[in-house]
Amino acid sequence: MLVFSHIKPVLKSFFTEIGELSYFTARFFKEVFRRPFELKELLRQCYNMGNKSLLLVGVTGFIIGLVLTLQTRPTLMEFGAVSWMPSMVGISIVREIGPMITALVCAGKIGSGIGAELGSMRVTEQIDAMEVSGTNPFKFLVVTRIIATTLMIPLLVIFGDAIALYGSYLVEHLKGDVSFQLFFNQVFNSLDFGDIVPATVKTFFFGFAIGLVGCFKGYFCDKGTAGVGKAANSAVVFTSLLLFIIDFIAVFVADIFYDL
Amino acid sequence: MKPQLNILENEKRPKTREVVLELKDLNKSFEDNHVLKNFSMKLHKGENLVVMGKSGSGKSVMIKCLVGLMEADSGKITVMNKDITNLNQESLDILRADIGFLFQGSALYDSMTVRENLEFPLRRHSKKIDENIERDELVVEALQNVGLAHTIDLMPVELSGGMQRRVALARTLILNPKIILYDEPTSGLDPITAKEIIVLMQDIQKKYNTSSLIITHDVDCARVIADRMILLIEGTNYAEGTFKELSASKDPKIMAFFKH
Repeated sequence: MLVFSHIKPVLKSFFTEIGELSYFTARFFKEVFRRPFELKELLRQCYNMGNKSLLLVGVTGFIIGLVLTLQTRPTLMEFGAVSWMPSMVGISIVREIGPMITALVCAGKIGSGIGAELGSMRVTEQIDAMEVSGTNPFKFLVVTRIIATTLMIPLLVIFGDAIALYGSYLVEHLKGDVSFQLFFNQVFNSLDFGDIVPATVKTFFFGFAIGLVGCFKGYFCDKGTAGVGKAANSAVVFTSLLLFIIDFIAVFVADIFYDL
Repeated sequence: MKPQLNILENEKRPKTREVVLELKDLNKSFEDNHVLKNFSMKLHKGENLVVMGKSGSGKSVMIKCLVGLMEADSGKITVMNKDITNLNQESLDILRADIGFLFQGSALYDSMTVRENLEFPLRRHSKKIDENIERDELVVEALQNVGLAHTIDLMPVELSGGMQRRVALARTLILNPKIILYDEPTSGLDPITAKEIIVLMQDIQKKYNTSSLIITHDVDCARVIADRMILLIEGTNYAEGTFKELSASKDPKIMAFFKH
């Protein structure tokens, strides 16, 4: 009974948050098809999120490609299977590592940025000012950001995958004298429909989750600067957890359809 | 509910002036904290009405209920003969174009330039502005009215606190509102800048013939600007009268406001 009395408020707060997040999601789908569409703000957000994350995603992808190849190479050499390196790296990056690492990096950069920005707008009454001026702040701030992350994360993942594969090629080229054409021919030959489609589809869900949680945490931020910090922090933590859950579901569903 | 102390002499009490804003028996609670208790008041056309109260007395809650940023638990809010508690979102947004709101911390959108801040209310209420007048002209005119035309391309962060307050006032004026609500217009400003803001408020009142509701705990501000005052004590309209009348009161609760 004592344990239950301690767990009860935690459970209550967890389910309350889930309920509020569900309501927030429903409100997004209600508002997304209503005019005005705030295209200018959407493009601004796409530019901010996409363009300004390129360097970070690129550097992360490049290092992942390098490290993955360097660490796997000795083991493959032991089995005389080093020629399988491009296929192994291609499949692991396209299917799992690329989307997941890019999404986690973006959860840290974009998700926390959204949480902090909307949080500070809430604290400094900018959201109230927007509402008083007759603009729907949910539509202007939340809907545009969620659409932007949903569209930009897949593009960033493709970019990150490409850079990671290039990083892997560099190691193979330097250590095994493999040509660019040979490496990428082998990568693309090893990939099929069941590798690319589920991996791409899940990145839209990743993007949606990053935008949704960042906006939710920021929009309902507690008063004060501590509230802004908490919103940014919990946006990253909650999104990261959600990304793993989405990934698990995506792999599970893909397994049913494509017999992976 | 009538004020507990109605000090305003009968011959001075406005009888025939048009009421532009009326609150009747307004109640608002946050869990067990009963912030507003049957609060009632009227604002007349062309009048500067100051509502004074201690921090946490419910002044900001009252003003937010007035523009629909908060929902009152009970009571009636009439703005220009429209009961805002019964309005749908569309009608409320249209009505809001006639109500200017100067927020306590200015609430300028910090990701936008001064120009974009002033243009923001125009995008939703384009019907309200004369088609023959360019938006840019309106922005420049509003900024000229507050003496800050040279800041048009600056970001809010580049402005001092007093300048931010004046730009926020320009943003409030751009739609030519009939009523202006000021939430602590001089808070956080040095005495000289505060005096400049008060003079500006008087100039605006004369030029635009607006009705103003000023929420403050600044006695100097109230002395200069108030045609009539209401003291908000413990969530009720405790006393009503001119500054001179209230400051001469022997009631200890009223005297506490005017003691320096």
